[in-house]
Amino acid sequence: MALLQISEPGLSTAPHQHRLAAGIDLGTTHSLVATVRSGEPQVLEDELGHALLPSAVRYCSDEAPHVGYSALNMQDKDPTNTIVSVKRLMGRVLADVNEAAELPYALLDAPGMVRLATVSGDKSPVEVSAEILKALRERAEKSMGGELTGVVITVPAYFDDAQRQATKDAAKLAGLHVLRLINEPTAAAIAYGLDQAAEGTFAVYDLGGGTFDFSLLKLSRGVFEVLATSGNGHLGGDDFDQRVYGWILQHANIAAPTAGDMRTLLVAARRAKELLSKQDSAPIQAVLSDGTAVDLTLEYSTFDTLTADLLQKTLISCRKALKDAALAVEDLNGVVLVGGATRMRTLRREVTQFFGRQPLTNLDPDKVVALGASIQANILAGNRGADDLLLLDVTPLSLGIETMGGLTEKIIPRNTTLPVTRAQDFTTFKDGQTAMSIHVLQGERELVGDCRSLGRFELRGIPPMVAGAARIRITFQVDADGLLSVTAREQSTGVETQIVVKPSYGLGDDEIARMLQESYQLAEADKHARMLQEAITEARRLLESVKAAMDTDADLLDDAEQVEINAFMQHLFNAMAAGGTDDIKKHMDALNNGTRDFASRRMNRSISQALTGQTVDSIAA
Amino acid sequence: MIDFSATHLQLFGLPQQYGIDLNVLESRYRELQTKAHPDRFAGEDETQIRLAEQWSGRINEAYRVLKSPFERGCYLLTLQGIEPFGQNQPAMPPDFLMQQMQWHEQLAEARSKADKLMQLEQSVERHKKSLLTDLSGTVDSSAEQAALILRKLKFLFRLEEQVGEALEALE
Repeated sequence: MALLQISEPGLSTAPHQHRLAAGIDLGTTHSLVATVRSGEPQVLEDELGHALLPSAVRYCSDEAPHVGYSALNMQDKDPTNTIVSVKRLMGRVLADVNEAAELPYALLDAPGMVRLATVSGDKSPVEVSAEILKALRERAEKSMGGELTGVVITVPAYFDDAQRQATKDAAKLAGLHVLRLINEPTAAAIAYGLDQAAEGTFAVYDLGGGTFDFSLLKLSRGVFEVLATSGNGHLGGDDFDQRVYGWILQHANIAAPTAGDMRTLLVAARRAKELLSKQDSAPIQAVLSDGTAVDLTLEYSTFDTLTADLLQKTLISCRKALKDAALAVEDLNGVVLVGGATRMRTLRREVTQFFGRQPLTNLDPDKVVALGASIQANILAGNRGADDLLLLDVTPLSLGIETMGGLTEKIIPRNTTLPVTRAQDFTTFKDGQTAMSIHVLQGERELVGDCRSLGRFELRGIPPMVAGAARIRITFQVDADGLLSVTAREQSTGVETQIVVKPSYGLGDDEIARMLQESYQLAEADKHARMLQEAITEARRLLESVKAAMDTDADLLDDAEQVEINAFMQHLFNAMAAGGTDDIKKHMDALNNGTRDFASRRMNRSISQALTGQTVDSIAA
Repeated sequence: MIDFSATHLQLFGLPQQYGIDLNVLESRYRELQTKAHPDRFAGEDETQIRLAEQWSGRINEAYRVLKSPFERGCYLLTLQGIEPFGQNQPAMPPDFLMQQMQWHEQLAEARSKADKLMQLEQSVERHKKSLLTDLSGTVDSSAEQAALILRKLKFLFRLEEQVGEALEALE
């Protein structure tokens, strides 16, 4: 065995240290942050006891942006600089934004993503979201008394790759390490499942401010298996407000509202909608910028008629997911309502009717998503307990490539469990063709133009053959994080090319770096110090995990192998003490490589252990 | 010790046959994923996580194939060296071709009528069920017959999709 180790002060490994992790619900109308404390998930509040942070950012000419209530309160006075519901713009180009005309902002068309002109310069939705995340990060670090190791951020299940990437970029910009993006309905199910110790098949109906999500999950002994998910990225509580707003314009004879009037009336519309959850009619009173007074009464039945088609749309999505999962409403053990908009009485009535049962509403629909995210964050940060849950998630949208004639060929259909690897063979179109362009797509439609383009790459060096003779195997691989990589390989020669797909809407690393520079003005020295700190943290974690593995499975190694791994560990330890970032990384790679066989043997052991203890007849039969 | 060359059924410790207990399959799937899923190795070294990705993906794929009667049938025939959808398949029997034509006519006539479409959907569903029953009796004993049933089923799946699309267009 190697010599006993004595650690440098400040470098001692603390194997059972609790890592600070949080779950963040980055919502259209409001956002929350939660963490697991002494085994209990809880939402963190600000100094005034508010759990919800309004997702509102107000840019000022001479000071840092305001976030939350202080921004929200200024939205009718300073509408163009006060950004609300920015989530609807994430990962979207101007042409994608249907409601552009109804938004009081100066939207700019820009390559990749729409931008907003404000008094402190043009802002991308990613930057606006990063301000919200920074506010939540501060709240969490103040409350928890230390730097966050990592966070789980929730996104609508129906977010596509560009929207997910934009969310990750915002987190990076806010200085947060993202352990995983998880889907909002899944997070809600985690919170419910643990709270109720539920078993069976559940539906989660999640209507937020700007998005609708529907997921079907099977819960069994700590395993959460997503069976199917569907939804609508452009449908939420805001749309109900818009309907009421349109009704106000019509009935108060307002032809040309100013940006400020728009805000005032939208706020009044929302208030009326909320009142109608409790009473049968709601007064709508407001004074416009030109002094005109609006005084109307909205009846419950009128509201019902105005919004009936929106509810119908959600139910069509529910039907689709049930069909994908080959389930009928009778097969469900419960229906969970999530999202503030599910407080609407009309909605509860329609949902009850569709599913033939009363939905579950015992957890606060505003908090449940953040609570679930914090539970998953705690696990992924490595704070593991004995009764850990496991989340088996699916791809929300189909992934495929473009074939001749502008058609989409699906390689991984929607609702496939992750991680997944799937290959399909293609061939050449022309005699003597030596290159092939591979266009990666996401979406359900037949035509390429209707799907979202995730990227293009080329396979070159195909030997010249007659058309249709070459065999090109295209492999799609999606890991547990939902990241896609694509490989193309010519079978006879083995010529190969591959890419990790970055959506065309995502920001490049350079752009992120530039934004980081702008927002922090980080000195070079600070950056190096941070990189070193990160490398040391990573190295420490690696050492802990190898040590733990050797403690439990030492019998899988012979003496020589043990000595060798110990030597790699000692080198890495020395590098940490010496404090060179590159050196630490080099020795981490060496240790990783040196333990590859060991890791493989441990994996095989644990798989075969999973099958032992099975009844003999079923294995031998 | 289990390795990547094991069949899907061996991976789950199930007998090498079409008739399997789906409850056992499901509970073993969960047990295996509980061991192999990359999230189980959160915070551990990359090698371990990459290995877990491979295992977990392999288990997902095997589970997907085995839990579907159609996919399981295709898979078992392929193991016997028979490609149900390969080239040079014998022609479909004339009575099935006739039935195919009838269905297509019905679909064309029902295109804008939701009730007719739903009737057709139910008729397709009934045929599917009866073919799946036939399939369970043939995969292990008469591979050629099973291959024919699988080809018929594939036709029904496509038809079902077309009916579904027509229904969605009406919504």
